[in-house]
Amino acid sequence: MALYSEKVMDHFRNPRNVGSMENADGVGEVGNAKCGDIMKIYLKIDDDVVSDVKFETFGCGSAIASSSMATEMIKGKSLDEILTVTNKAVTEALDGLPAHKLHCSVLAEEAIRAAVKDYYDKHGIAYDAAQFSTPCAACHA
Amino acid sequence: MIYADNAATTKMSRKAFEAMLPCMEETWGNASSLYVFGQKAKEALEVARSKVAACFGASPGGIYFTSGGSEADNQAIISAATLGAKKGKKHIISTTFEHHAVLHTLKKLENDGFEVELLDVHENGIVSPEQVAKAIRDDTALVTIMYANNEIGSVQPVAEIGAVCRERKVLFHTDAVQAAGHLPIDVQKQNIDMLSLSGHKFHGPKGVGVLYAKPGIPLVNLIEGGAQERGKRGGTENVPAIVGMAAALEEACANMEKNTAKVSKLRDKLIDGLRKIPRSILNGDEIRRLPGNVSFCFEGIEGESLLLLLDDKGICASSGSACTSGSLDPSHVLLAIGRPHEVAHGSLRLSLSEENTEAEIDEILRAVPEVVEYLRGISPLWKDKLVGKREFLLPE
Repeated sequence: MALYSEKVMDHFRNPRNVGSMENADGVGEVGNAKCGDIMKIYLKIDDDVVSDVKFETFGCGSAIASSSMATEMIKGKSLDEILTVTNKAVTEALDGLPAHKLHCSVLAEEAIRAAVKDYYDKHGIAYDAAQFSTPCAACHA
Repeated sequence: MIYADNAATTKMSRKAFEAMLPCMEETWGNASSLYVFGQKAKEALEVARSKVAACFGASPGGIYFTSGGSEADNQAIISAATLGAKKGKKHIISTTFEHHAVLHTLKKLENDGFEVELLDVHENGIVSPEQVAKAIRDDTALVTIMYANNEIGSVQPVAEIGAVCRERKVLFHTDAVQAAGHLPIDVQKQNIDMLSLSGHKFHGPKGVGVLYAKPGIPLVNLIEGGAQERGKRGGTENVPAIVGMAAALEEACANMEKNTAKVSKLRDKLIDGLRKIPRSILNGDEIRRLPGNVSFCFEGIEGESLLLLLDDKGICASSGSACTSGSLDPSHVLLAIGRPHEVAHGSLRLSLSEENTEAEIDEILRAVPEVVEYLRGISPLWKDKLVGKREFLLPE
Protein backbone atom coordinates (compact mmCIF):
# COMPACT_ATOMS: atom_id res chain seq x y z
CA MET A 1 0.00 0.00 0.00
CA ALA A 2 1.58 3.23 -1.13
CA LEU A 3 1.35 6.44 0.87
CA TYR A 4 -0.60 8.19 -1.91
CA SER A 5 -3.22 7.25 -4.50
CA GLU A 6 -2.19 6.77 -8.12
CA LYS A 7 -3.94 10.05 -8.92
CA VAL A 8 -1.86 11.95 -6.37
CA MET A 9 1.34 10.39 -7.66
CA ASP A 10 0.38 11.16 -11.26
CA HIS A 11 -0.24 14.84 -10.49
CA PHE A 12 2.90 14.97 -8.36
CA ARG A 13 5.10 13.39 -11.02
CA ASN A 14 3.51 15.20 -13.96
CA PRO A 15 2.12 18.41 -12.54
CA ARG A 16 -0.33 20.20 -14.87
CA ASN A 17 -0.08 23.95 -15.42
CA VAL A 18 3.16 24.29 -13.49
CA GLY A 19 5.06 27.53 -13.93
CA SER A 20 4.56 31.26 -13.59
CA MET A 21 2.70 33.84 -15.67
CA GLU A 22 3.73 37.26 -16.91
CA ASN A 23 1.05 39.90 -16.35
CA ALA A 24 -1.36 37.62 -14.55
CA ASP A 25 -4.75 39.15 -13.79
CA GLY A 26 -4.83 37.64 -10.31
CA VAL A 27 -2.15 36.04 -8.15
CA GLY A 28 -2.78 34.20 -4.90
CA GLU A 29 -0.08 33.03 -2.54
CA VAL A 30 -0.85 31.11 0.67
CA GLY A 31 1.04 29.09 3.28
CA ASN A 32 4.45 29.96 4.68
CA ALA A 33 8.02 28.76 4.60
CA LYS A 34 8.18 27.92 8.31
CA CYS A 35 5.37 25.40 7.97
CA GLY A 36 6.93 23.90 4.87
CA ASP A 37 4.35 24.73 2.21
CA ILE A 38 3.68 27.71 -0.02
CA MET A 39 1.29 27.68 -2.98
CA LYS A 40 1.09 30.37 -5.61
CA ILE A 41 -1.63 30.43 -8.26
CA TYR A 42 -1.66 32.75 -11.28
CA LEU A 43 -4.90 33.46 -13.16
CA LYS A 44 -5.54 34.88 -16.61
CA ILE A 45 -9.12 36.09 -16.72
CA ASP A 46 -11.08 36.82 -19.91
CA ASP A 47 -14.74 37.78 -19.61
CA ASP A 48 -14.93 36.46 -16.06
CA VAL A 49 -13.56 33.10 -17.18
CA VAL A 50 -10.21 31.55 -16.26
CA SER A 51 -8.58 31.37 -19.66
CA ASP A 52 -5.23 30.26 -18.28
CA VAL A 53 -3.81 29.20 -14.94
CA LYS A 54 -0.34 28.41 -13.60
CA PHE A 55 0.98 27.38 -10.23
CA GLU A 56 4.21 27.14 -8.26
CA THR A 57 4.48 25.17 -5.03
CA PHE A 58 7.04 24.67 -2.30
CA GLY A 59 5.88 21.66 -0.35
CA CYS A 60 5.39 17.94 -0.08
CA GLY A 61 4.06 15.53 -2.68
CA SER A 62 0.42 16.10 -1.80
CA ALA A 63 0.87 19.89 -1.83
CA ILE A 64 2.21 19.75 -5.39
CA ALA A 65 -0.48 17.28 -6.46
CA SER A 66 -3.27 19.36 -4.83
CA SER A 67 -2.07 22.49 -6.63
CA SER A 68 -1.92 20.67 -9.94
CA MET A 69 -5.39 19.17 -9.53
CA ALA A 70 -6.86 22.49 -8.40
CA THR A 71 -5.56 24.25 -11.52
CA GLU A 72 -7.12 21.58 -13.71
CA MET A 73 -10.44 22.00 -11.92
CA ILE A 74 -10.63 25.75 -12.49
CA LYS A 75 -9.29 26.06 -16.01
CA GLY A 76 -11.99 27.36 -18.38
CA LYS A 77 -14.45 27.94 -15.52
CA SER A 78 -16.17 31.18 -14.57
CA LEU A 79 -15.08 33.04 -11.45
CA ASP A 80 -18.37 32.18 -9.77
CA GLU A 81 -17.78 28.53 -10.50
CA ILE A 82 -14.19 28.40 -9.26
CA LEU A 83 -15.16 30.01 -5.97
CA THR A 84 -17.28 26.93 -5.29
CA VAL A 85 -14.28 24.61 -5.60
CA THR A 86 -13.73 23.23 -2.11
CA ASN A 87 -10.82 21.42 -0.55
CA LYS A 88 -13.11 18.40 -0.33
CA ALA A 89 -13.64 18.46 -4.08
CA VAL A 90 -9.87 18.66 -4.66
CA THR A 91 -9.30 15.76 -2.27
CA GLU A 92 -11.98 13.67 -3.95
CA ALA A 93 -10.60 14.39 -7.39
CA LEU A 94 -7.25 13.08 -6.14
CA ASP A 95 -8.92 9.87 -4.91
CA GLY A 96 -8.27 10.94 -1.33
CA LEU A 97 -5.36 12.17 0.75
CA PRO A 98 -3.93 10.80 4.02
CA ALA A 99 -5.60 12.53 7.02
CA HIS A 100 -2.49 14.50 7.97
CA LYS A 101 -2.22 15.80 4.40
CA LEU A 102 -5.72 17.23 4.10
CA HIS A 103 -4.39 20.70 4.86
CA CYS A 104 -2.69 20.61 1.44
CA SER A 105 -6.08 20.57 -0.28
CA VAL A 106 -7.22 23.39 2.02
CA LEU A 107 -4.22 25.40 0.85
CA ALA A 108 -5.22 24.77 -2.76
CA GLU A 109 -8.74 26.07 -2.13
CA GLU A 110 -7.31 29.09 -0.34
CA ALA A 111 -4.82 29.80 -3.12
CA ILE A 112 -7.64 29.92 -5.68
CA ARG A 113 -9.66 32.28 -3.47
CA ALA A 114 -6.64 34.48 -2.83
CA ALA A 115 -6.01 34.74 -6.58
CA VAL A 116 -9.64 35.69 -7.27
CA LYS A 117 -9.56 38.24 -4.46
CA ASP A 118 -6.39 39.70 -5.95
CA TYR A 119 -8.11 39.95 -9.32
CA TYR A 120 -11.10 41.74 -7.76
CA ASP A 121 -8.81 44.09 -5.84
CA LYS A 122 -6.70 44.92 -8.86
CA HIS A 123 -9.71 45.60 -11.03
CA GLY A 124 -11.75 47.48 -8.47
CA ILE A 125 -14.50 44.89 -8.47
CA ALA A 126 -16.67 44.90 -5.36
CA TYR A 127 -17.07 41.63 -3.43
CA ASP A 128 -18.30 40.25 -0.14
CA ALA A 129 -15.24 40.06 2.14
CA ALA A 130 -16.81 37.23 4.14
CA GLN A 131 -16.46 35.08 1.06
CA PHE A 132 -12.69 35.24 1.42
CA SER A 133 -12.13 34.26 5.02
CA THR A 134 -9.16 31.96 5.45
CA PRO A 135 -9.98 28.88 7.51
CA CYS A 136 -6.38 27.66 7.39
CA ALA A 137 -4.88 30.88 8.72
CA ALA A 138 -4.78 29.45 12.24
CA CYS A 139 -2.39 26.63 11.44
CA HIS A 140 -0.24 28.84 9.24
CA ALA A 141 0.08 31.72 11.65
CA MET B 1 17.16 -0.32 -6.19
CA ILE B 2 19.78 1.67 -4.32
CA TYR B 3 19.24 1.24 -0.60
CA ALA B 4 20.61 4.25 1.28
CA ASP B 5 18.54 4.11 4.44
CA ASN B 6 20.63 1.86 6.64
CA ALA B 7 20.03 4.03 9.69
CA ALA B 8 16.36 3.03 9.41
CA THR B 9 17.09 -0.64 9.06
CA THR B 10 19.59 -2.95 7.41
CA LYS B 11 19.37 -6.06 5.30
CA MET B 12 19.98 -9.20 7.34
CA SER B 13 23.39 -10.71 6.79
CA ARG B 14 23.69 -14.21 5.43
CA LYS B 15 25.51 -15.24 8.63
CA ALA B 16 22.68 -13.92 10.81
CA PHE B 17 20.11 -15.67 8.67
CA GLU B 18 22.01 -18.96 8.75
CA ALA B 19 22.51 -18.74 12.50
CA MET B 20 18.76 -18.34 12.99
CA LEU B 21 17.59 -21.27 10.88
CA PRO B 22 18.66 -24.11 13.20
CA CYS B 23 16.97 -22.30 16.10
CA MET B 24 13.69 -22.64 14.20
CA GLU B 25 14.17 -26.00 12.54
CA GLU B 26 16.12 -27.94 15.16
CA THR B 27 16.62 -26.40 18.61
CA TRP B 28 13.22 -24.74 18.77
CA GLY B 29 12.50 -25.72 22.35
CA ASN B 30 11.65 -23.33 25.16
CA ALA B 31 14.86 -22.17 26.81
CA SER B 32 13.15 -22.38 30.20
CA SER B 33 12.25 -26.07 29.85
CA LEU B 34 14.00 -28.60 32.01
CA TYR B 35 14.56 -31.37 29.46
CA VAL B 36 17.63 -31.55 27.26
CA PHE B 37 15.79 -30.35 24.16
CA GLY B 38 14.84 -27.12 25.93
CA GLN B 39 18.26 -26.77 27.46
CA LYS B 40 19.80 -26.83 24.00
CA ALA B 41 17.88 -23.62 23.25
CA LYS B 42 19.09 -22.25 26.57
CA GLU B 43 22.64 -23.10 25.54
CA ALA B 44 22.24 -21.22 22.24
CA LEU B 45 20.84 -18.28 24.20
CA GLU B 46 23.81 -18.19 26.57
CA VAL B 47 26.34 -18.51 23.76
CA ALA B 48 24.65 -15.53 22.12
CA ARG B 49 24.82 -13.61 25.39
CA SER B 50 28.56 -14.24 25.67
CA LYS B 51 29.13 -13.21 22.06
CA VAL B 52 27.24 -9.96 22.55
CA ALA B 53 29.06 -9.26 25.83
CA ALA B 54 32.44 -9.87 24.20
CA CYS B 55 31.72 -7.18 21.59
CA PHE B 56 31.51 -4.52 24.31
CA GLY B 57 34.07 -5.72 26.87
CA ALA B 58 31.12 -6.52 29.12
CA SER B 59 30.41 -9.48 31.36
CA PRO B 60 27.60 -11.75 30.08
CA GLY B 61 25.81 -11.14 33.38
CA GLY B 62 25.14 -7.57 32.30
CA ILE B 63 23.39 -8.45 29.04
CA TYR B 64 19.58 -8.45 28.98
CA PHE B 65 17.76 -9.29 25.77
CA THR B 66 14.83 -7.05 24.91
CA SER B 67 12.44 -6.46 22.01
CA GLY B 68 14.70 -3.73 20.66
CA GLY B 69 16.42 -0.43 21.29
CA SER B 70 13.29 1.41 22.42
CA GLU B 71 12.48 -1.10 25.14
CA ALA B 72 16.10 -1.05 26.31
CA ASP B 73 16.07 2.78 26.46
CA ASN B 74 12.82 2.76 28.41
CA GLN B 75 14.01 0.17 30.90
CA ALA B 76 17.41 1.78 31.44
CA ILE B 77 15.97 5.22 32.11
CA ILE B 78 13.07 4.06 34.27
CA SER B 79 15.43 1.86 36.31
CA ALA B 80 17.96 4.63 36.91
CA ALA B 81 15.20 7.10 37.76
CA THR B 82 13.60 4.69 40.24
CA LEU B 83 16.93 4.03 41.87
CA GLY B 84 17.67 7.74 42.08
CA ALA B 85 14.26 8.60 43.51
CA LYS B 86 14.84 6.15 46.36
CA LYS B 87 17.84 8.27 47.33
CA GLY B 88 15.97 11.53 46.80
CA LYS B 89 17.70 12.17 43.48
CA LYS B 90 15.27 13.35 40.84
CA HIS B 91 17.43 15.29 38.37
CA ILE B 92 18.19 13.77 34.96
CA ILE B 93 20.58 15.10 32.32
CA SER B 94 20.19 14.37 28.63
CA THR B 95 20.39 16.23 25.31
CA THR B 96 17.91 17.98 23.04
CA PHE B 97 18.44 15.61 20.12
CA GLU B 98 17.95 12.17 21.65
CA HIS B 99 15.76 9.55 20.02
CA HIS B 100 12.09 9.73 21.01
CA ALA B 101 12.43 6.47 22.92
CA VAL B 102 14.56 8.50 25.33
CA LEU B 103 12.83 11.90 25.08
CA HIS B 104 9.32 10.52 25.52
CA THR B 105 10.40 8.42 28.51
CA LEU B 106 11.98 11.52 30.04
CA LYS B 107 8.78 13.48 29.41
CA LYS B 108 6.85 10.84 31.31
CA LEU B 109 9.30 11.10 34.21
CA GLU B 110 8.99 14.86 34.15
CA ASN B 111 5.25 14.49 34.62
CA ASP B 112 6.05 12.23 37.57
CA GLY B 113 8.04 14.98 39.26
CA PHE B 114 11.54 14.50 37.88
CA GLU B 115 13.53 17.47 36.68
CA VAL B 116 14.94 16.86 33.21
CA GLU B 117 17.75 19.03 31.89
CA LEU B 118 18.42 18.79 28.15
CA LEU B 119 21.88 19.96 27.11
CA ASP B 120 22.47 21.96 23.95
CA VAL B 121 24.23 20.01 21.22
CA HIS B 122 25.54 23.02 19.26
CA GLU B 123 25.62 23.43 15.51
CA ASN B 124 27.86 20.40 15.01
CA GLY B 125 25.59 18.10 17.03
CA ILE B 126 28.08 17.35 19.79
CA VAL B 127 27.74 17.81 23.53
CA SER B 128 30.93 18.39 25.55
CA PRO B 129 32.00 16.57 28.72
CA GLU B 130 32.39 20.02 30.31
CA GLN B 131 28.70 20.72 29.74
CA VAL B 132 27.87 17.46 31.47
CA ALA B 133 30.24 18.20 34.37
CA LYS B 134 28.66 21.60 34.81
CA ALA B 135 25.13 20.22 34.77
CA ILE B 136 25.67 17.43 37.30
CA ARG B 137 24.23 18.22 40.73
CA ASP B 138 24.12 16.39 44.02
CA ASP B 139 20.64 15.16 43.16
CA THR B 140 21.45 13.98 39.62
CA ALA B 141 20.17 10.43 39.18
CA LEU B 142 21.20 9.80 35.59
CA VAL B 143 23.02 11.11 32.56
CA THR B 144 21.64 9.65 29.33
CA ILE B 145 23.33 10.72 26.10
CA MET B 146 23.21 8.93 22.78
CA TYR B 147 26.42 7.46 21.38
CA ALA B 148 25.77 8.69 17.85
CA ASN B 149 22.81 10.59 16.44
CA ASN B 150 20.45 8.73 14.14
CA GLU B 151 19.68 11.67 11.84
CA ILE B 152 22.87 13.67 11.58
CA GLY B 153 25.41 11.01 12.56
CA SER B 154 27.42 13.06 15.04
CA VAL B 155 29.38 10.92 17.52
CA GLN B 156 29.53 12.01 21.15
CA PRO B 157 32.65 11.97 23.36
CA VAL B 158 31.23 9.01 25.25
CA ALA B 159 34.39 7.95 27.10
CA GLU B 160 34.96 11.48 28.40
CA ILE B 161 31.33 11.87 29.44
CA GLY B 162 31.55 8.44 31.10
CA ALA B 163 34.64 9.54 33.02
CA VAL B 164 32.87 12.67 34.27
CA CYS B 165 29.89 10.62 35.42
CA ARG B 166 32.06 8.02 37.11
CA GLU B 167 33.98 10.71 38.98
CA ARG B 168 30.75 12.31 40.17
CA LYS B 169 29.18 8.89 40.90
CA VAL B 170 26.24 9.42 38.57
CA LEU B 171 24.82 6.61 36.43
CA PHE B 172 25.57 6.97 32.72
CA HIS B 173 23.37 5.43 30.04
CA THR B 174 24.01 5.66 26.32
CA ASP B 175 21.61 4.87 23.50
CA ALA B 176 24.06 3.12 21.18
CA VAL B 177 21.49 1.99 18.62
CA GLN B 178 23.29 3.69 15.71
CA ALA B 179 26.79 2.99 17.01
CA ALA B 180 26.72 -0.71 17.93
CA GLY B 181 28.45 -2.78 15.29
CA HIS B 182 29.73 0.38 13.58
CA LEU B 183 31.99 2.03 16.17
CA PRO B 184 34.24 0.41 18.76
CA ILE B 185 32.54 0.27 22.15
CA ASP B 186 34.03 -0.86 25.45
CA VAL B 187 31.73 -0.37 28.42
CA GLN B 188 34.57 -0.64 30.92
CA LYS B 189 37.08 1.63 29.25
CA GLN B 190 34.36 4.14 28.40
CA ASN B 191 32.74 4.03 31.84
CA ILE B 192 29.34 3.13 30.44
CA ASP B 193 26.92 1.91 33.11
CA MET B 194 24.02 1.16 30.80
CA LEU B 195 23.73 0.83 27.04
CA SER B 196 20.92 0.13 24.55
CA LEU B 197 21.17 -1.41 21.12
CA SER B 198 18.93 -2.78 18.41
CA GLY B 199 19.59 -5.90 16.34
CA HIS B 200 18.41 -4.68 12.95
CA LYS B 201 20.81 -1.74 12.69
CA PHE B 202 23.81 -3.97 12.04
CA HIS B 203 22.34 -6.58 9.69
CA GLY B 204 20.61 -8.57 12.42
CA PRO B 205 16.88 -9.29 12.69
CA LYS B 206 14.18 -6.83 13.79
CA GLY B 207 12.28 -7.06 17.05
CA VAL B 208 15.30 -7.82 19.20
CA GLY B 209 17.74 -5.70 21.13
CA VAL B 210 19.95 -5.52 24.18
CA LEU B 211 20.04 -3.63 27.40
CA TYR B 212 23.43 -3.74 29.03
CA ALA B 213 23.41 -2.85 32.70
CA LYS B 214 26.56 -3.08 34.79
CA PRO B 215 26.09 -5.91 37.27
CA GLY B 216 24.78 -4.49 40.53
CA ILE B 217 22.46 -1.92 38.97
CA PRO B 218 18.93 -2.91 40.00
CA LEU B 219 16.60 -2.98 37.00
CA VAL B 220 12.89 -2.21 37.09
CA ASN B 221 10.79 -4.64 35.06
CA LEU B 222 8.77 -3.21 32.22
CA ILE B 223 7.30 -6.62 31.45
CA GLU B 224 6.37 -8.86 34.35
CA GLY B 225 6.29 -12.58 33.78
CA GLY B 226 8.57 -15.52 34.26
CA ALA B 227 12.15 -15.85 35.36
CA GLN B 228 13.58 -15.12 31.93
CA GLU B 229 16.53 -12.72 31.75
CA ARG B 230 17.20 -13.29 35.46
CA GLY B 231 13.68 -12.17 36.30
CA LYS B 232 14.14 -8.77 34.70
CA ARG B 233 12.29 -9.30 31.44
CA GLY B 234 9.34 -11.70 31.34
CA GLY B 235 8.36 -13.59 28.20
CA THR B 236 9.77 -16.63 26.42
CA GLU B 237 13.06 -15.64 24.85
CA ASN B 238 13.04 -15.09 21.09
CA VAL B 239 15.99 -17.43 20.67
CA PRO B 240 16.19 -17.32 16.85
CA ALA B 241 16.26 -13.52 16.80
CA ILE B 242 18.71 -13.32 19.70
CA VAL B 243 21.05 -15.83 18.05
CA GLY B 244 20.75 -14.01 14.71
CA MET B 245 21.51 -10.69 16.35
CA ALA B 246 24.56 -12.11 18.13
CA ALA B 247 25.88 -13.56 14.86
CA ALA B 248 25.35 -10.23 13.07
CA LEU B 249 27.02 -8.27 15.85
CA GLU B 250 29.98 -10.63 15.99
CA GLU B 251 30.39 -10.30 12.23
CA ALA B 252 30.04 -6.51 12.31
CA CYS B 253 32.59 -6.18 15.10
CA ALA B 254 35.05 -8.53 13.41
CA ASN B 255 34.85 -6.55 10.15
CA MET B 256 34.51 -3.11 11.70
CA GLU B 257 37.83 -1.70 10.55
CA LYS B 258 37.41 -2.93 7.01
CA ASN B 259 33.77 -1.79 6.79
CA THR B 260 34.51 1.62 8.30
CA ALA B 261 37.29 2.22 5.78
CA LYS B 262 35.04 1.31 2.87
CA VAL B 263 31.85 3.00 4.03
CA SER B 264 33.46 6.23 5.19
CA LYS B 265 35.16 6.59 1.83
CA LEU B 266 31.80 6.28 0.08
CA ARG B 267 30.30 8.70 2.60
CA ASP B 268 32.98 11.32 1.99
CA LYS B 269 32.57 11.05 -1.76
CA LEU B 270 28.82 11.55 -1.36
CA ILE B 271 29.31 14.52 0.98
CA ASP B 272 31.81 16.16 -1.37
CA GLY B 273 29.44 15.72 -4.28
CA LEU B 274 26.30 16.98 -2.55
CA ARG B 275 28.15 20.00 -1.22
CA LYS B 276 28.41 21.28 -4.76
CA ILE B 277 24.67 21.92 -4.77
CA PRO B 278 24.28 25.67 -4.14
CA ARG B 279 22.66 26.69 -0.83
CA SER B 280 23.10 23.27 0.74
CA ILE B 281 24.56 22.42 4.11
CA LEU B 282 25.92 19.28 5.77
CA ASN B 283 24.26 18.47 9.09
CA GLY B 284 26.38 17.10 11.92
CA ASP B 285 30.08 17.19 12.64
CA GLU B 286 32.23 16.51 9.61
CA ILE B 287 34.91 14.48 11.38
CA ARG B 288 33.19 12.94 14.37
CA ARG B 289 30.40 11.24 12.46
CA LEU B 290 29.11 7.73 11.78
CA PRO B 291 30.92 6.05 8.87
CA GLY B 292 27.70 5.73 6.86
CA ASN B 293 25.81 8.94 7.65
CA VAL B 294 25.21 11.70 5.13
CA SER B 295 22.72 14.39 6.16
CA PHE B 296 22.01 17.56 4.21
CA CYS B 297 19.58 20.44 4.05
CA PHE B 298 18.75 22.07 0.72
CA GLU B 299 17.23 25.52 0.80
CA GLY B 300 13.97 26.27 -1.01
CA ILE B 301 12.57 22.74 -1.27
CA GLU B 302 10.65 20.32 0.91
CA GLY B 303 12.10 16.95 1.87
CA GLU B 304 9.15 14.69 1.16
CA SER B 305 8.92 15.66 -2.50
CA LEU B 306 12.64 15.05 -2.76
CA LEU B 307 12.25 11.55 -1.26
CA LEU B 308 9.34 10.65 -3.54
CA LEU B 309 11.23 11.69 -6.66
CA LEU B 310 14.35 9.84 -5.51
CA ASP B 311 12.14 6.80 -4.92
CA ASP B 312 11.00 7.09 -8.54
CA LYS B 313 14.67 6.87 -9.48
CA GLY B 314 15.05 3.76 -7.33
CA ILE B 315 16.82 5.44 -4.43
CA CYS B 316 15.62 4.72 -0.87
CA ALA B 317 16.44 7.62 1.43
CA SER B 318 15.00 9.40 4.44
CA SER B 319 14.22 12.92 5.60
CA GLY B 320 13.69 14.82 8.80
CA SER B 321 10.98 16.86 7.13
CA ALA B 322 7.67 17.46 8.88
CA CYS B 323 5.71 16.02 6.01
CA THR B 324 7.21 12.57 6.44
CA SER B 325 6.28 12.48 10.11
CA GLY B 326 2.76 13.82 9.92
CA SER B 327 3.31 16.89 12.06
CA LEU B 328 3.86 20.49 11.07
CA ASP B 329 7.19 20.64 12.83
CA PRO B 330 10.33 19.39 11.16
CA SER B 331 12.83 17.10 12.89
CA HIS B 332 13.65 18.03 16.49
CA VAL B 333 17.25 17.03 15.73
CA LEU B 334 17.64 19.59 12.95
CA LEU B 335 16.01 22.25 15.10
CA ALA B 336 18.33 21.26 17.97
CA ILE B 337 21.40 22.06 15.85
CA GLY B 338 19.89 25.43 15.01
CA ARG B 339 18.57 24.90 11.51
CA PRO B 340 15.68 27.33 10.88
CA HIS B 341 12.32 25.58 10.34
CA GLU B 342 12.31 26.52 6.69
CA VAL B 343 15.73 24.95 6.08
CA ALA B 344 14.98 21.89 8.21
CA HIS B 345 12.01 21.12 5.94
CA GLY B 346 14.44 20.53 3.08
CA SER B 347 16.44 17.72 4.65
CA LEU B 348 17.79 14.50 3.23
CA ARG B 349 19.46 11.62 5.06
CA LEU B 350 21.37 8.99 3.14
CA SER B 351 22.78 6.22 5.33
CA LEU B 352 25.20 3.79 3.75
CA SER B 353 26.43 0.32 4.54
CA GLU B 354 29.28 -1.83 3.26
CA GLU B 355 26.85 -3.24 0.70
CA ASN B 356 26.72 0.07 -1.16
CA THR B 357 29.02 0.56 -4.14
CA GLU B 358 30.83 3.46 -5.69
CA ALA B 359 28.61 3.15 -8.78
CA GLU B 360 25.60 3.66 -6.53
CA ILE B 361 27.15 6.79 -5.05
CA ASP B 362 27.68 8.10 -8.60
CA GLU B 363 24.05 7.36 -9.35
CA ILE B 364 22.89 9.21 -6.21
CA LEU B 365 25.15 12.11 -7.14
CA ARG B 366 23.48 12.30 -10.52
CA ALA B 367 19.95 12.04 -9.13
CA VAL B 368 19.95 14.38 -6.11
CA PRO B 369 21.16 17.59 -7.84
CA GLU B 370 18.71 16.96 -10.68
CA VAL B 371 15.74 16.53 -8.33
CA VAL B 372 16.75 19.50 -6.15
CA GLU B 373 17.03 21.69 -9.24
CA TYR B 374 13.65 20.56 -10.54
CA LEU B 375 11.89 21.19 -7.21
CA ARG B 376 13.55 24.58 -6.87
CA GLY B 377 12.30 25.37 -10.35
CA ILE B 378 8.68 25.01 -9.26
CA SER B 379 9.18 26.52 -5.79
CA PRO B 380 7.83 30.06 -5.30
CA LEU B 381 10.00 30.27 -2.20
CA TRP B 382 13.20 29.64 -4.16
CA LYS B 383 12.14 32.07 -6.85
CA ASP B 384 11.52 34.82 -4.29
CA LYS B 385 15.02 34.25 -2.99
CA LEU B 386 16.53 34.42 -6.46
CA VAL B 387 14.93 37.78 -7.17
CA GLY B 388 15.80 39.13 -3.74
CA LYS B 389 12.25 39.21 -2.35
CA ARG B 390 13.32 36.87 0.43
CA GLU B 391 16.70 36.33 2.01
CA PHE B 392 18.79 33.23 1.48
CA LEU B 393 19.39 31.44 4.77
CA LEU B 394 22.23 29.18 3.70
CA PRO B 395 25.56 30.32 2.27
CA GLU B 396 26.23 29.86 -1.42
